[in-house]
Amino acid sequence: MSLSRRGFLGVAGAAAAGAALSPGIRLIELADARSPEEAASALNRWGLLIDATKCSEGCDACVTACNEEHGLTSLGRPQTDAQWIRKVTLKDKQTGRVTTLPMLCMHCAEPPCVDVCPTGASFKRADGIVLVDKHTCIGCRYCMMACPYKARSFIHEDITGQKPYAPRGKGTVESCTLCVHRVDTDRIPACVEACNADGGKALQFGDLNDPNSKIAKRLATEPSTQIRADLNLNTGVRYQGI
Amino acid sequence: MNRKITSLLAVPTVALVVGLLSGSVAADKKPARVPTPEINIERGEKCVEDTDYMRRHHQDLILHQRDKTVHEGIRTKKYSLKNCVDCHASKETNSVVGKEGFCESCHAYTAVKIDCFSCHTPERTEEAKVGLPAPSRDPTDMIKRSVGAVLPKTGGGG
Ligand code: SF4
Repeated sequence: MSLSRRGFLGVAGAAAAGAALSPGIRLIELADARSPEEAASALNRWGLLIDATKCSEGCDACVTACNEEHGLTSLGRPQTDAQWIRKVTLKDKQTGRVTTLPMLCMHCAEPPCVDVCPTGASFKRADGIVLVDKHTCIGCRYCMMACPYKARSFIHEDITGQKPYAPRGKGTVESCTLCVHRVDTDRIPACVEACNADGGKALQFGDLNDPNSKIAKRLATEPSTQIRADLNLNTGVRYQGI
Repeated sequence: MNRKITSLLAVPTVALVVGLLSGSVAADKKPARVPTPEINIERGEKCVEDTDYMRRHHQDLILHQRDKTVHEGIRTKKYSLKNCVDCHASKETNSVVGKEGFCESCHAYTAVKIDCFSCHTPERTEEAKVGLPAPSRDPTDMIKRSVGAVLPKTGGGG
């Protein structure tokens, strides 16, 4: 796609944003999968819808898949081991009902980590994915303190055996990238793939900005919540059944 | 600020190493009078740009691509670090670091620290291992490897 066409779509997208049906859902024809030379675009906003009613207590397929995909290995010190996604179990004291769900970076539209980062290392990509540029991160961990979801981990020790597409190293902060290396090549995140294959099919990935995507349709018609909706962060990860 | 200092330091060093490397090429494989880094290129016909250009500017290309990839999600292969490693990793160790490593041997020689591989893997991808020539069974090469006697290589005083 030529620059000028992309520029035009950008303008059209901005105009359509004004005419949004509801937050995050726009009435605009979206561009097809982008070519490798093309930058991530604000026409898309990637997100997840997690149905906690389908997520069972014993299952950790998403966690295992994430660890495997990004080469997150335990150093035998669970308190400092990196966690990009984890299972959280809740119990209603009144009724005894147990809910279990995966927690990860919420890919906020207004990310507090980005607000507090003194170096600009924490940033939000045009398509809504919140990342750490580890080349710039100084390891101050302000972002970890600012994140209401405790989504970030600090790497305390030298590590080896990184995956070519997931560089990680001592002295930097990291968190869920929404499998940005997969998204950029038109694939779905590893956790979603694993949940669909071996888990309860509780995770749905898609473009919140594309009114024809499954996730946008479900969000438009089914009830869902954001965790800590009171903070007005407009999370890219939404939940059902909690 | 950090970047400025690095590039200030890098200029004379790069000039020095480029001078040395081209000097050793011009001498038509005669032993050089100064120690030179061991550079073995294991794979691929030619690099993504001319050798002279790469010697002076490989760091600029990688830096530019790095920002494009991290911030814009542009994952073209040509100037990616992964592509460098896939071709330049040693066929013995599959790595660009270590004594015989393509990156480390030159960087150690010029005393320019490489940070890349504290986070990025220095090893070539599994896909890139396919079709590589088999590791050398030449006894001299094998001794060289086990002794790790690559750097510094002093000239024979010809
Ligand atoms: S730890 Fe890194 S990403 Fe987090 S706030 Fe500090 S510099 Fe920014």
